[in-house]
Amino acid sequence: MLRRVLIALVLAALIGAGIGLWVTAPSRVDAARLAGLTGDTTRGQAVFTAAGCASCHHAPGSDDKLVLAGGQAFASDFGTFYAPNISPSQAGLQGWSQADFANAVLRGVSPSGKHYYPAFPYTAYARMTDQDLVDLWAYMQGLPADDTASQAHDVGFPFNIRRSVGGWKFLFFTTEGWVAEAPTPELERGRYLVEALAHCAECHTPRNALGALDTARWMAGAPNPSGRGTIPALTPDQLDWSAQDIAYYLETGFTPEFDSAGGHMVAVVDNFSKLPAGDRAAVAAYVKALSAP
Amino acid sequence: MYKTFAALAAATALTATAAFAQDLPKEVKARQGQFQIMAINLGILGGIAKGAIEYDAATAQAAADSLVGISMVNPAPLWVEGTDEMSIEGTRAKAEIWDNLDDVVAKWNAFGEAAKVMQAAAGEGPEAIGPALGTIGGTCKACHDAYRAPQS
Repeated sequence: MLRRVLIALVLAALIGAGIGLWVTAPSRVDAARLAGLTGDTTRGQAVFTAAGCASCHHAPGSDDKLVLAGGQAFASDFGTFYAPNISPSQAGLQGWSQADFANAVLRGVSPSGKHYYPAFPYTAYARMTDQDLVDLWAYMQGLPADDTASQAHDVGFPFNIRRSVGGWKFLFFTTEGWVAEAPTPELERGRYLVEALAHCAECHTPRNALGALDTARWMAGAPNPSGRGTIPALTPDQLDWSAQDIAYYLETGFTPEFDSAGGHMVAVVDNFSKLPAGDRAAVAAYVKALSAP
Repeated sequence: MYKTFAALAAATALTATAAFAQDLPKEVKARQGQFQIMAINLGILGGIAKGAIEYDAATAQAAADSLVGISMVNPAPLWVEGTDEMSIEGTRAKAEIWDNLDDVVAKWNAFGEAAKVMQAAAGEGPEAIGPALGTIGGTCKACHDAYRAPQS
């Protein structure tokens, strides 16, 4: 009898571990998806700007935001993450294939099959179109190379076990679907910019205890992950700016009261000011269409 | 006993809040007023740039002149040590300002230069205001990015 219970227990444990391994295994993009697509560096530059890559990956304090040497620190409840070097150098992305890049950006998986922490917003980028991904890759390979080594993240147990990120992904990571409805082409463009490329929700939406976005309170504002201050809500119960005010803010950094953007939003405005006016209008339309939580 | 303590604590908290509004050092009030004068005049020029306010050369010029005037106020007496956000309530000025005064002054002077560009442009017509305003906005952001704490 005891022997039977033991065998059952061992079997259950094995099955449990097997499911655990299966659940936490890295998933990859089907390489055939990108076959036949050719990257365009000019379009790639626009994707790069909209996705805000340089804002986090340029070296801290550096004025040249196209040298993606990494090193900026991002504090969170789970530890401090350091943006890695993603310049086309030995210390960065040299030797990567387009498929490696796609797996990193769309699935949060490294070329060696390691999970990236979702401080890297692949949870949003997963919705990037294949053409944008290929264009982005074409553009980034032409950026200046820098040999600064990437720093290790400063993350405590159990989050320092990369495999645990696989469990997190199983629970919270979806690669398709949108939060907001987009009944017009402008709203659709706005949604693509807000929910995929510009990953606005990463800061403007509150997170649950495990650090996943609480989509029920989409864009409802959140504590600053640095532990100081709050990130404002964009929902209509909190933000009464007109669509024109929002577009103008994204272009110039001026609020309707002519206060000016501060903190990380300065970098965001810097990016949006370089995009076409139609993109800023589309984001404004999306924000105005948000519903109160 | 506990009730007395709670009442006392509540009373103290109230006085503390009331005290902070009153006791903001005059230098801090002055520099915040200075930023408000900037915002009001930028609002006039921004309203013109956005098309919300009809262009009038004299009004635009007066707003631009005011910005130049503000840029000529000597910042040193307004930014006394110990008036950063870690030391007092009611300010968002980061302590880093006092570690990098040369850089802060350079950024303030950049605002002054941008204000002069606006002063030259304001009388030229509404089309000239938008680009000049963009330059001024760049100087605002440059300083806020580094030296202003997030809203709490």
